[in-house]
Amino acid sequence: MKEQKGIFRNIDRTLVFLFLALVLMGWVNIYAAVYDTEHSSILDMSQSYGKQLLWILTALVLGLMVIITDAKFFNAFAYPIYGITIFLLVMVLFVGKEIAGSKSWFQVGSFALQPAEFAKFATNLALAHYLSALDFDKRKRSSQLIPLVIIVIPAVLILLQNDTGSAIVYASLSLVMYRQGMPGSVLLLGLTLMILTIMALLFDQFIVIAVIASLLILFVFFIRRTLRNILSVIGIFLIASLFVLSVDYAFDNILEQHQKTRINVLLGKDFDLKGAGYNVNQSKIAIGSGGFWGKGFLKGTQTKFNFVPEQSTDFIFCTVGEEWGFVGAFVVIVLFIALCVRIILIAERQRSEFSRIYGYGVASILFFHFFVNIGMTIGLMPVIGIPLPFFSYGGSSLWAFTILLFIFIKQDSNRLQLV
Amino acid sequence: MASRIYADRKIVIITTFVAIGFIYLVRLFYIQIIDRSYTLSANNNVLRYVTQFPARGLIYDRNGKLLVYNEAVYDLMVIPRQVFDVDTAEICRLLDISVEGFNERMKKARDYSPMLASAFEKQISKETYGYIEEKLYRFRGFFVQPRTLRKYPMSIGAHLLGYIGEVTPGQIEKKPYYKQGDYIGINGIERAYEDEMRGVKGLKIRMVDVFNRDVGSFENGRYDTAAVMGSDLYTGIDADLQEYGEKLMANKRGSIVAIDPRTGEILCFLSSPAYDPNLLVGRVRGKNFALLNNDPIKPLLNRAIMGQYPPGSTFKMANDMVGLQMGVITKETRFSCQGPASSPIKCTHNHMSPLDVYMAIQQSCNPFHWQVFRAIMNDPDYENVKARYDVWRNHLLSMGFGRTLNTDLAFELKGNLPPSEVFDKIYGKGHWNAMTIRSLSIGQGEVLTTPLQLVNYASMVANKGYFYPPHVVRSIGNDRNKTKFATQKNVATIDPEYIDVVIQGMTEVFEGSHGTARAYKIDSITMAGKTGTAQTSSGKDNSNFIAFAPVENPKIAICVIVEEAGYGATWAAPIASLMIEKYLTRKVKRKQIEENMINANLLNN
Repeated sequence: MKEQKGIFRNIDRTLVFLFLALVLMGWVNIYAAVYDTEHSSILDMSQSYGKQLLWILTALVLGLMVIITDAKFFNAFAYPIYGITIFLLVMVLFVGKEIAGSKSWFQVGSFALQPAEFAKFATNLALAHYLSALDFDKRKRSSQLIPLVIIVIPAVLILLQNDTGSAIVYASLSLVMYRQGMPGSVLLLGLTLMILTIMALLFDQFIVIAVIASLLILFVFFIRRTLRNILSVIGIFLIASLFVLSVDYAFDNILEQHQKTRINVLLGKDFDLKGAGYNVNQSKIAIGSGGFWGKGFLKGTQTKFNFVPEQSTDFIFCTVGEEWGFVGAFVVIVLFIALCVRIILIAERQRSEFSRIYGYGVASILFFHFFVNIGMTIGLMPVIGIPLPFFSYGGSSLWAFTILLFIFIKQDSNRLQLV
Repeated sequence: MASRIYADRKIVIITTFVAIGFIYLVRLFYIQIIDRSYTLSANNNVLRYVTQFPARGLIYDRNGKLLVYNEAVYDLMVIPRQVFDVDTAEICRLLDISVEGFNERMKKARDYSPMLASAFEKQISKETYGYIEEKLYRFRGFFVQPRTLRKYPMSIGAHLLGYIGEVTPGQIEKKPYYKQGDYIGINGIERAYEDEMRGVKGLKIRMVDVFNRDVGSFENGRYDTAAVMGSDLYTGIDADLQEYGEKLMANKRGSIVAIDPRTGEILCFLSSPAYDPNLLVGRVRGKNFALLNNDPIKPLLNRAIMGQYPPGSTFKMANDMVGLQMGVITKETRFSCQGPASSPIKCTHNHMSPLDVYMAIQQSCNPFHWQVFRAIMNDPDYENVKARYDVWRNHLLSMGFGRTLNTDLAFELKGNLPPSEVFDKIYGKGHWNAMTIRSLSIGQGEVLTTPLQLVNYASMVANKGYFYPPHVVRSIGNDRNKTKFATQKNVATIDPEYIDVVIQGMTEVFEGSHGTARAYKIDSITMAGKTGTAQTSSGKDNSNFIAFAPVENPKIAICVIVEEAGYGATWAAPIASLMIEKYLTRKVKRKQIEENMINANLLNN
């Protein structure tokens, strides 16, 4: 590799390119999503596209600041940064401003800041710091518990702000744990529980239990029928059945009506196209009507005429799908997957354990947002209000994602130096 | 480094990323390229197909006076599927309807189609439209469709012009051009010239946003089609004459039809009692229609073409012409008349005897005409009475009796001129003769004629042997060519020399010292006419009159029937005379007669 000079030495240009591409495409699509002829200048500061430009420019400054900061700073100050954000998350519960049902915002003048967005990279820093510590011994019980605590504290605080979507994001950090050696069976167990949950909600609980029983009986034929194995199978059956029953109970008695409806819509049990299903239906209509080549820049009708809700934030992908068609959607998806895969590959080349773990965290968080946000717009995921990184309109999220990514880029540029 | 042993897990993670990306792409491929229903839904969201209703053609009279024009009104349309979060109370208030009325309308619209637009409230006035338009953005699923209503500035010619109304499901099935809520001509020339006057509907595709606000045309109007305006109709009607006729016929039952013998163009066409055509327009149409329909004096009945009257003595010249043509009488032939003592038909007049055809027409002598009829039915040239009757009947058919005249007016009846088989059936073959059917000699009995047939008969006489089908419309739209009727010359089977004979007789009806209508002659115009006092089943006589003028160069032929009014000479003759004066001189000098006629109320005779 050609030796680069100055602060941009060893910066991974692919990542920077992917970052810039997504940010620019996001900006153009925000412009298209809320475009109206009276404010046709993309630089009009009274419109969200004008403001987004401001966010982009300031995000670039923040990125630059991260790059010129000493790489060791982030490892060394991981806990203080984490502490500050936890403090802010607590503070926002008391002095925060409620927007759309979530008390997640600090309002300073006309400027609103969402600490939950910043908590993502802070938690990731803390987690990486803890897991990469020299005295870390994963066999100790506390070593398994403390990472969980690091993740759960901000998640719970965000849940308290009534921002379920942002809280769920923290589940994505389990991928980091997996890479660090958490048994695959834990992830597998999680997956099994997810499938069981969906089955329990979709079908009658006793049918589900009957299906589990028949599968297990079939399974018994393929294993050695020792007493111990048979007892284990019976145990598995009992636990699974109990789980199914409790899911049903929880759904009926613990969840609130709007949550139930959302889940029902997702599972296809509820076709109320005017109520909770309205957003997803309109979103699918917008994307679906794009066809192969799309309707063309500024020619989308579903997004521009407000049929799609939140068209510049959570549902920004609708504009991509409608105006740029399958081709545009393809490009965006490939860019995101490329970004996440590139981060994983770069993470693996780190000599510093901290950098690698942090990298995995970045990839997990970005991918999770991508997974849920786009999945939501095409009806494969429930409507969980989290932004599409770099794309969605919003200062806090753009700043936070930029810092999240650029800390990793900085760590990577520093990889050749001694740990 | 301990965790290097888990490095392979990156494969699992990367594979997961790529797999999910791939699943999403497959899903996108499906909803964007394979499943086209989303495009459809998107269009349903955004596109509003607004029908452009063409203005219906206008109708002018022969002097360029406007008989019918259009006035803009607005229909509030609804697409039930798109109605969302609408303030029902507000709409009810604006339209002045009840909540039940609202629900009923919604149900009707939904029953028609939840996806298609149907009229929620029709023919909203300009003022109400103003209020609604302001608030329309709040009524998702509603929009306004401009339409036009017919207006009749002179309030005349209701039966002639007809009316338009909504198409029925049956009509829609037959002619898919029409959609529910469209208007179609139901009667009169509105019906006859529907295809010409309706024009061609256009379609505008507009885009609306989620609040149902219009946000512009779709693809700059590339798929829009403009409405083509309907063609105007230029009629032969003389609006002033029509208005005058309606005035004269006020409070009388009956009909006046006048035509220009040279062309067959109808100058005046009225049925009385008439009604203001503006009553059958717009939102009041249904209510008024029911009122008119239930009125015992039947104002909706178009007596001019559907009233089948005994012609009475106006029919006598027909027999004379046939007799002359067949050679069973000559213009010199004289028959005797014993006045009221005559048999089998009495004479109602006292006059010289024997008398010739001229005098017989002038004084409407019944015995003379019975003897003419008997001579026809005994014509030795034919072997039996049936054959003679058929010859007689064919002559009359050629004059336009007993058949429709194929005018441009719908629902024309053909009167009655029974074929000989009818008498065979009634009396048995060979068991009937001139005596049996003698009433036909004086225009009574089986023979029935419409006012249109009578005026056509007068016109044929005026033309000395031919007529053009009476018709309302002379030309359509910018095409200055005359309508097809101008080429349909119908020739009667009577030679002009024989027609001259009856014209002479008819002239003496006015001019002769004993003429039945001598009281209504006009010094400046030579008129020819014939009174008729026709017995009816009610026991009261209809007052009939046919005439044409000027005799030397006929410009107008007219038929007047006043039901149950008495002598032809008392009512129908003066009215016809006034009409002729009005048409030919544009001014009526005989104010006293005019006043008597206008003020007479004969409805309760």
